[in-house]
Amino acid sequence: MDIFSNLAMGFEIAFSPWTLFLAVIGCFLGTIIGALPGLGPSNGVAIMIPLTFTLGLDATAALVLLTSIYYGAMYGGRISSILLNIPGDEPALMTTLDGYPMAKQGRAGDALVISGVASFVGALLATIGLAFLAPMLSRIAYQFGPAEYFALYLLAFSTLGGISSNNQAKAALASCFGLMIAMIGLDPNSGMPRLTGGNLHLMDGVDFLVAIVGLFAVSEVFFFIESHGKSGALGVKLDKVTVPWRDIWETKWTMLRSSVLGFIAGVLPGAGASLGSFLTYMMEKSIAGEKGGFGKGAVKGVAAPEAGNNAAAGGALVPMLTLGVPGSGTTAVLLAVLMTLNITPGPTLFTDRPDVVWGLIASLLISNFVLLAMNVPMVKIFVKILQVPPAVLMPGVTMISFVGIYSLTGSYFDLLLVVGFGVMGYVLRKLDIPTVPVIMGILLGNAMEKSLRDAMVLSDGDWTYLFGSSISTGLIVAAVLGFIAPIFLRRFLTKPQRVSD
Amino acid sequence: MTRLTDRIFGLVTILVAFMYIMSATQIQASFLSDPVGSKTFPIIVAVVAVICGGVMILRPDAEPDWPEGYTLLSIAISVALLIGYSYALKPVGFLIPTAVVAGAISYQISPRPRFAALAGIGLSIGLFVLFKFILGLGLSGLPKGMGL
Repeated sequence: MDIFSNLAMGFEIAFSPWTLFLAVIGCFLGTIIGALPGLGPSNGVAIMIPLTFTLGLDATAALVLLTSIYYGAMYGGRISSILLNIPGDEPALMTTLDGYPMAKQGRAGDALVISGVASFVGALLATIGLAFLAPMLSRIAYQFGPAEYFALYLLAFSTLGGISSNNQAKAALASCFGLMIAMIGLDPNSGMPRLTGGNLHLMDGVDFLVAIVGLFAVSEVFFFIESHGKSGALGVKLDKVTVPWRDIWETKWTMLRSSVLGFIAGVLPGAGASLGSFLTYMMEKSIAGEKGGFGKGAVKGVAAPEAGNNAAAGGALVPMLTLGVPGSGTTAVLLAVLMTLNITPGPTLFTDRPDVVWGLIASLLISNFVLLAMNVPMVKIFVKILQVPPAVLMPGVTMISFVGIYSLTGSYFDLLLVVGFGVMGYVLRKLDIPTVPVIMGILLGNAMEKSLRDAMVLSDGDWTYLFGSSISTGLIVAAVLGFIAPIFLRRFLTKPQRVSD
Repeated sequence: MTRLTDRIFGLVTILVAFMYIMSATQIQASFLSDPVGSKTFPIIVAVVAVICGGVMILRPDAEPDWPEGYTLLSIAISVALLIGYSYALKPVGFLIPTAVVAGAISYQISPRPRFAALAGIGLSIGLFVLFKFILGLGLSGLPKGMGL
């Protein structure tokens, strides 16, 4: 089977001392970033991107570094979820539901170890799934013409709000904002400037890294100013960390089920990790029933969302690598990484740059073992990091964000845009308007418009061409259903709210 | 009239989207033309935004809890400082603006003057050493002509 020869090539790249070194550094940094309250996988990776590029690493090395930061942050996120009741990002919310009660009962160590093992199982299975599914999907993706791509982008935007948003109009509005911003700059077809308002700085368009750093990292600073950093106190004590073998053994089926479900949720374009952790938690809750004690510190309630979350993170890489459509906020950030590296995701990636794909998959497999080793025996080191006061951490994050963007573009105007996006992110999040669709819009806007225009060139302006193939019709129908269904389903699927002290 | 925030935001959205549409109609056509052209897609997106803004006006969510008085002022001051920082970074160099702004933000998060000042100076020097000497970024530390 060629998958094994491909993997062998990937491991050859991944086991080179330099790549291995970067993977270990990435895992370490990622776990720290994930553990820090207020930093999660998406904003953590966001502030690391500009810095990585100014270091001048080659494509594979930069990708390995940033994806191991991403995987590491997914692991690290559980530390602040469990010990502080602060989820680093949306998917980590489910881990707080039982993780924090467990920690308050004096089982913080157990919760950390179980969630670490669950993360490992989820991420490992998902990476294996990625290695098998991605090449298959990339063969299907060869049949995608512009009409199919347009339908796929439509699907991604319409399901993005999904059940993780509370208001479909707001989720759609966020996508529109992103798309509107993406249109600013030179028209790719005609080369004429548009929607720049005559501003020369906007001729090149708005850099997505600027938007990501502003919306994800700088807006967080304003939230910390608002709360005066009060949420940063360590609520529970962590005593000796031992491995609760019995609990791990008893949750084996939970972990496996959740990994499979999480992976599937992750593969769906636009759905992503939030859906993965949400669905797995709800599934295990209904399997366990009333006696399961979910919400009061159930072991399965910690294992399920962590396995689901990490499996979805791996699964989300499938549509991202094969179709160029990210499945979640963090994969959107990773797509930004690829685009900055001049790597175009899509079916051709697997044939043109097999070194990148398989090197990445192999180093993800290695990263997983590194992360398990870091996150179970060495978890106490990362817990110490939680004690960094927000009054030092948040100014530091701001300055790192600014310097990263500045050293990448050297333009004061981009820094002003970062501030603007920071304020925008603050207002949007206050209004409960999701920010991930804005990023997705900026990232995919031009590709989406181009696919529409190419389709119309092919059909000579006949709009029915968009329904010309069964794939595109199916995707458009799925997009409409995916947008409307949550409006009715929301009545039955209420999101569990955060546990309060 | 309750739930004002969503309604106002919806209204602003509609206004911005209309301005966007106006601006899109002004896009110059080029000799390289395709059936869709440069205007159509931006206009479609802006129309969807108008509809969403309308929904927000008609069916607003509950009011978010906005910060009041002093906190709002703190955020405004921080925004102003960051704007100043954007302009200052190139001519004045990294060290001085970073110490000032990082210290000020630290103070806004937790109002302890001495701690904030130390945090600002520490972050400024620490990050400069990290960026300049460990990561090797081309960053100037002091105002032009003063070395570093």
